[in-house]
Amino acid sequence: MSVEVRIPTVLRPKVGGQAVVTVQGATVREVLAAMEAAHPGFGPAVLEASGELKRFVNLFLDDEDVRYRQGLETPVADGSTLVILPAVAGG
Amino acid sequence: MEVPAEMRRAMVAHALFCYPEEACGLLAADDRGRLRMAYCLTNADHSARTYTLEPEEHFRALRHAEARGWHLAGVFHSHTHTPAYPSPTDVARALEPGWLYVLVSLQDRAAPAVRGFWIREGEIEEEPLAVRPGETVEVPQ
Repeated sequence: MSVEVRIPTVLRPKVGGQAVVTVQGATVREVLAAMEAAHPGFGPAVLEASGELKRFVNLFLDDEDVRYRQGLETPVADGSTLVILPAVAGG
Repeated sequence: MEVPAEMRRAMVAHALFCYPEEACGLLAADDRGRLRMAYCLTNADHSARTYTLEPEEHFRALRHAEARGWHLAGVFHSHTHTPAYPSPTDVARALEPGWLYVLVSLQDRAAPAVRGFWIREGEIEEEPLAVRPGETVEVPQ
């Protein structure tokens, strides 16, 4: 499955400055693994060492928060778009 | 940077509505950099000391802006008892060097202060905000 991944500003240095990266994967986890394979160092920016999604990273697959679907195991359809949105926060 | 008066009013009204919790939201600009929309969002922290944009609303604002040819250009939030100036937490959590960070202070709730800043690599630089009175923001449906 070919998936378009939209990269937030803060993570673009890890993918050579690109705003959009296209990778292959059948689940969200596989898509993120493909991102790490193509751009080593990307994975730890979004995943905990345990392999779970970092608390302050939100993933929207085709307009739906993957936390409300099957999390990282959510199946990905060909032509999907995965938007990575870091939490916007302050005090 | 120019801020349409109704956007300033929306940010202040949201800050007062959310008090005593901090209020927060996003700002959209058009391709000429003109501010076009203030999205008043939920503070997922429901706190008087911190804010986190509710992620689903953040995403909806992104989609809404992009559908109109705009882009997210900033974030605003309120300080309920401190000045309209970025806190150390604001600086530490600022991820977007291209975003305008707008602070609404309710220190004097009768006269809220609204100021804008750039936060880049830990440095704070004020962006003077000029309010355009009577400006009407057209929102394409």
